[in-house]
Amino acid sequence: MTTQILIAGFGGQGVLFAGKFLAYKGLIEGKNLSWLPSYGPEMRGGTANCSVIISDEPVGSPIVSEPDVLIAMNLPSLDKYEDAVVPGGMIFVDSTLIERKVKRTDVKVFYVPSTKLAAEMNAPTLANMVMTGKVMKECPGVSGENIEAALKKVVSARHQDLLEINFKALETGYAL
Amino acid sequence: MAEKVLMKGNEAIAEAAIRAGCLHYFGYPITPQTELAAYMAKRMPKIGGVFLQAESEVAAINMVYGVASTGKRVMTSSSSPGVSLKQEGISYIAGADLPALIVNVQRGGPGLGGIQPSQSDYFQATKGGGHGDYHLIVLTPSSVQEMADLTALAFDLADKYRMPAMLLADGTMGQMMEPVVLPGESHATVEKPWAVTGTEGKRKHNVVNSLYLVPDELEKTNFERFERYAYIEENEARYESYMMEDAEYCLVAFGIAARVSKNAVVALRAKGIRAGLIRPITVWPFPKKPIAEAAGKVRVFVSVELSMGQMIEDVRLSENCKKPVYLCNRAGGKIPNPGEIIACVEKIAKGGDV
Repeated sequence: MTTQILIAGFGGQGVLFAGKFLAYKGLIEGKNLSWLPSYGPEMRGGTANCSVIISDEPVGSPIVSEPDVLIAMNLPSLDKYEDAVVPGGMIFVDSTLIERKVKRTDVKVFYVPSTKLAAEMNAPTLANMVMTGKVMKECPGVSGENIEAALKKVVSARHQDLLEINFKALETGYAL
Repeated sequence: MAEKVLMKGNEAIAEAAIRAGCLHYFGYPITPQTELAAYMAKRMPKIGGVFLQAESEVAAINMVYGVASTGKRVMTSSSSPGVSLKQEGISYIAGADLPALIVNVQRGGPGLGGIQPSQSDYFQATKGGGHGDYHLIVLTPSSVQEMADLTALAFDLADKYRMPAMLLADGTMGQMMEPVVLPGESHATVEKPWAVTGTEGKRKHNVVNSLYLVPDELEKTNFERFERYAYIEENEARYESYMMEDAEYCLVAFGIAARVSKNAVVALRAKGIRAGLIRPITVWPFPKKPIAEAAGKVRVFVSVELSMGQMIEDVRLSENCKKPVYLCNRAGGKIPNPGEIIACVEKIAKGGDV
């Protein structure tokens, strides 16, 4: 099984971080994987996206141009990548920031108010992890296991105090 | 089996270099290779090594020249515009017959260009780059694992042949993360009697130099160097052959282009088109033999590149005009997707021009 995931949003939304979390989870689970960021020179506000491939086979091209799973964290990302998703694929939409509905009828769509839910947890920067929690629940290629171990790897040593809130954000998304 | 870790390609180069006994790094930051310098900045002070951010790329490469003269393993890294600045120093290092590693994590050009991946420094890397007659051994990683493995190999080859080696990567290889098994620790095993290490009054001093004002002497150094190059061309060309056994359409691609090409080969075969891939792992020396051999079997060659067509010239020289060679390319920081390569091969298969 191969799952090609494209996470896209603004710089600062934790797009790359969410991808790293999924990549570390894949590593722990002994999968083949690749993680490839693409972003402009801006620290915040520019577009950022991240290709993650998790597979039982060796990974060919690390560039996800036809995602099985699209995580759209803002409207420009949905506009840009909606048509690229494979038929039968999944689109996760941050419905706090994206008002429109997905036009495609041949994909599964999940509207997650992740930015609002993260704000309610007093963790406005963790919409990415709320969304990732939901992805883990719905996507067969991404299990709900090894969350803690992957979080420990991806949260840097000096921010280990943030493990718990990240875990909570994932749980919040998973519970939806 | 050793533990797999998740690393960016840039970091894998840095860690592999340290494990290969490189304790001297000189550089100047530039996207998309900065993680390499950052990793060195963090690690070198802890292991008694030297990380120095020079005032410019020109200064950095001349610091490399200095340490290389002492026989110590040494490296620098940059991206395209920065590597252009280093060319004078690289020519001096080649002229003084010194081993060193130069890493180029390529970005789109020419000029200041952009920060997205590219392979458009192929000519510069493989045909000399600076002034004078010289070559670098040029290795082209196609995975994070190879970013590590080829770094270690580059140091070994540079020592063995007393010449600079280059790791010619691209922004994708530098920025992507993949699981990697880091190589074990190794060190230079080649004796370096030419090194400038202090004589302690016990021997005649060594001179490291690239200046020969007497043409006869300078000519002699050139001929001697090219005898060595001929041996390297015969013995050190490396490549991977993928689904070439019965291939009619031979893609030739390295680095990220080879990764995308593999997807295209699999998809083309599913459509009944017998495609295969020859992936050069060294681009100098270029793997001429497998391409010459393939020329007797395949219908056409397709050079897949992130440039306006540079490697295609070496493909043509290697297959000696026996079969048509087409170009499938993107440039300026864009990467062809498998669909574009598939469309290109399908068009050729139907007898169309591309």
